[in-house]
Amino acid sequence: MFIDPHAHMVSRTTDDYEAMAAAGIVALIEPAFWVGQPRTFVGTYVDYLSSLVGWERFRAGQFGIRHYCTIGLNSKEANNEALAEGVMEWLPRFALKEGVVAIGEIGYDEQTPLEDKYFRAQLALARQLELPVMVHTPHRDKKRGTSRSMDVCEEMGLDPSWVVIDHNNEETVRETLDRGYWAGFSIYPSTKMGNARMVELLKQYGGDRIIVDSACDWGISDCLGVPKTARLALESGIAETVVRQVTYDNALAVYGKSGQMQAADWLDPAPIDQRTLFEGNSILRGGRDPLVEAPEDRRRDRLLIE
Amino acid sequence: MPVTPLKLLRDWTCRQAPDQARWLVEQYTSLGQSGNEKDLHLFLGLVPRRLGKQDLTLTPQDLAMANQSYPGWRPEGWSLDGAARITALLAFESNRPFSDTFRDLVRTADARELITLYRGLALYPRPESLTDAVGEGLRSNMRAVFESIVHGNPYPRDHFDEHRWNHMVLKALFVGSRLSPIVGLDTRVNAELATILLDYARERWAAGREVSPELWRCVGPFAERVSAYAALQRALAGVPEQRSAAVLALMAADTPRARDLLKTVPDITALVADGRLDWNHLTLKEAA
Repeated sequence: MFIDPHAHMVSRTTDDYEAMAAAGIVALIEPAFWVGQPRTFVGTYVDYLSSLVGWERFRAGQFGIRHYCTIGLNSKEANNEALAEGVMEWLPRFALKEGVVAIGEIGYDEQTPLEDKYFRAQLALARQLELPVMVHTPHRDKKRGTSRSMDVCEEMGLDPSWVVIDHNNEETVRETLDRGYWAGFSIYPSTKMGNARMVELLKQYGGDRIIVDSACDWGISDCLGVPKTARLALESGIAETVVRQVTYDNALAVYGKSGQMQAADWLDPAPIDQRTLFEGNSILRGGRDPLVEAPEDRRRDRLLIE
Repeated sequence: MPVTPLKLLRDWTCRQAPDQARWLVEQYTSLGQSGNEKDLHLFLGLVPRRLGKQDLTLTPQDLAMANQSYPGWRPEGWSLDGAARITALLAFESNRPFSDTFRDLVRTADARELITLYRGLALYPRPESLTDAVGEGLRSNMRAVFESIVHGNPYPRDHFDEHRWNHMVLKALFVGSRLSPIVGLDTRVNAELATILLDYARERWAAGREVSPELWRCVGPFAERVSAYAALQRALAGVPEQRSAAVLALMAADTPRARDLLKTVPDITALVADGRLDWNHLTLKEAA
């Protein structure tokens, strides 16, 4: 049983949802982010946020996966001031929607003054609404950008135990943990973390306050990053309790502080929950037969399309 | 004078959440005075957090009162927080047209909220002004959102034109929703719908697929006009649910040709006549 606490499902197909469910993912968190290219109208951003609390939740529910999200203005689009001002007006309305477990992913990209302005404004909003925060740390100038993100969180009066610093690597993890934050690691080929490296980090740091996610999105990425890392870790002799911490318990502990996410949501759902549009694991879409083969096999080998 | 839906919903929500009753009453009252949409948004966001999301508990008497208050209103399956949200919308008074407020709420609604917003349709002020927003809901790919308009909701019966009504019924079949919870299903049948459904059945059969037995309910009264006998005969040779449905449809048709066909299935016809099979119980096992 796994949670993937960082997955941009709007960019993923139903095959991915099937594969994730089959691999044991019971819940995921979809952070609001950019979608590969900038939005140029406030309205498109608003509709995107609306799809995170509505349509995408329904899609996930069809595969027996509980969908949660975070709401925020990302650092890249914060650089378009007109857009950013407009989006900021709408954020409070979305932040209190059902299943919104944090403000995020927010932080720095190029560490510009506008990014800083809206990062701070959203940290203030998180404090006001008593929501956890998911911080996106920059890809470039990462180490300093990560330290600065934490400095600003503290300046804005946030409690580190309510903040996940995501996309850590070997260079940033020590400081993140020492300062009392949760340390997210995105198992994302080429640009972020590999899972063999992740296993080495688990050997060194154990499982406390460490969170593994896939950050799968529109780029070349792997929606099975969490279960694959868990398997590799177990095969490498990492204790089961540690694996469970980093692939399930820790994400639930920090994002559960929102009051919007609890294990009962997936462990004890109503058989068919009409109001939350969630179909339990045994009930597949349209009464279809339960899937036994992996989606990859099916895509390749099954000739009949009915 | 029957009690208004607003009064009923106020009472039900306060009764089921006694520790929050004071807060609820204060909020309902102030929303009726302030006309401030920010207060409304805040209330709608806070309700599930303060009240929880359990089912709204209603007695048979409550349901009878609901039906007296607004004929066809069936709040079965409502949630407590949903009921409180609808109460707030009914209590809310503002100079802005309600349809504008409603459209904004739909725009930012989460999945569960959408269902609630649409469930209250018939009860809102100037319900006929909401048709555009209702159209969006009907087009939704989320089945439960679609069903919040279609099932247990008198709005379609009272406000849909024939075209929209017919496409609602067709979509219900298309997405695998039941027809029997549609309020006014038998009173709004029409020949155009029967033709559409018969075409739909033939298209399904040509693709090697089955149709819902409930389809025949909207075809039966027009069997003669739309020449449905061959299709009904095929249904009579089908699985038990299809056979029962075809018999019910032929009885509704009540034509010489229909009566002739019924003579070929005297056993099922007798069970229907005895009231042991009906549109809600198409097999004996269900009826037992």
